[in-house]
Amino acid sequence: MPSHDRLIQRTATVEKRVEAIQTALDARGMNATGAVKELGHLAQEEWNPKNGARVVAKAWVDPAFRERLLANGRVAAAEIGLSLPKHHRHLVVLENTATVQNVICCTLCSCTAFTIIGLPPDWYKDLEYRSRVVRESRTVLREMGLDLSPEVEIRVWDTTADTRYMVLPTQPPETIGWPEDRLTEIVTRDSMIGVARL
Amino acid sequence: MDGMHDMGGRQGFGAIRYTQHAEAFHAEWEVRANSLYAFAVRRGIFNMDEYRHAIERMEPRHYLAASYYERSLTSLATLLVEKGVLTREELEQRAQGQFPLAAPSAPGRTNVAARESFQTGDRVRVRADYVPGHIRMPGYIRGKTGVVVSKSPAYPYPDAHAHGLKAEDEPTYDVRFRSEDLWPNSAEPALVHVGVFQSYLERAS
Repeated sequence: MPSHDRLIQRTATVEKRVEAIQTALDARGMNATGAVKELGHLAQEEWNPKNGARVVAKAWVDPAFRERLLANGRVAAAEIGLSLPKHHRHLVVLENTATVQNVICCTLCSCTAFTIIGLPPDWYKDLEYRSRVVRESRTVLREMGLDLSPEVEIRVWDTTADTRYMVLPTQPPETIGWPEDRLTEIVTRDSMIGVARL
Repeated sequence: MDGMHDMGGRQGFGAIRYTQHAEAFHAEWEVRANSLYAFAVRRGIFNMDEYRHAIERMEPRHYLAASYYERSLTSLATLLVEKGVLTREELEQRAQGQFPLAAPSAPGRTNVAARESFQTGDRVRVRADYVPGHIRMPGYIRGKTGVVVSKSPAYPYPDAHAHGLKAEDEPTYDVRFRSEDLWPNSAEPALVHVGVFQSYLERAS
């Protein structure tokens, strides 16, 4: 039987709940605070879409790399010093064309290849995107500003296992011939999720 | 389990709240929640399948109302209590209020014994399985037929791995479905690909 006190007690704020976990782990000598510093830095500074942008830019200028990337994303990403967590054993790179638009989602939670394309943005984790993108993809993309012509085939990829996906966007024609560094700057996270074209 | 988390194809949700350059984090506590669960996984206190399952076990009203990182911290706290690392009383004392946790787990299951291997181009049907525990088969593909387009390396079987049962590694297949087959007369045309564990699949004629 819960006590009367328990019944009238309010739910603690999320800030207080996180603090409670962290201090309780620290009190057991587990140095959770040290881990928060280290992992917080990785999540905010290291795992960002600039990584994926380097992959895309290299694939645009180097056809042999592009081949290797499409064959095995994990191995190709490692060539330029990028890694995935141990449990992401496979990175599938999905090539857009003039008539194919690939789109990534995770209907069951919010999985992404976060070390490559960055941690997922808020809308990717929202119930609206997760519920609707598999069933009414064209309308969802239009709402997000990507109005595809009817001849473009939409291919949605639901990240239900530990395979991770990233989209290789088509290169804007006006950027053909640009150096790789400059190309890196035009590649956005949303284009690698597949909800935007460049 | 046919839980609230299984969002794919559910109707009634409104417009996507899309902004360009949307942030991954909006507050410092979110960074901490994300780091703390990753820390617990790294220390081997629980695995990713246990982590995902504890989110799925949240009371449905709590699940729907909670932000992404509130779900993270609820799973983290639930598993720390279930694994005997912390107690709920200590957490509530430190947090100065109630600390809602996820509901207890139902039984899991082990890999299907006789699993078939498939090649790209094979037609496969998703078994019509109904389980009370963790499963990575979204409900919208149950019993549906599609075509294998690629195969992954082998992973621990989540239905066992989330429950502390012996989990053999098995591949997942990226299976291509037609949205019109998934939701007859009720979907916009598209090809929908799902990563499906070998144990969930059988050959279709």
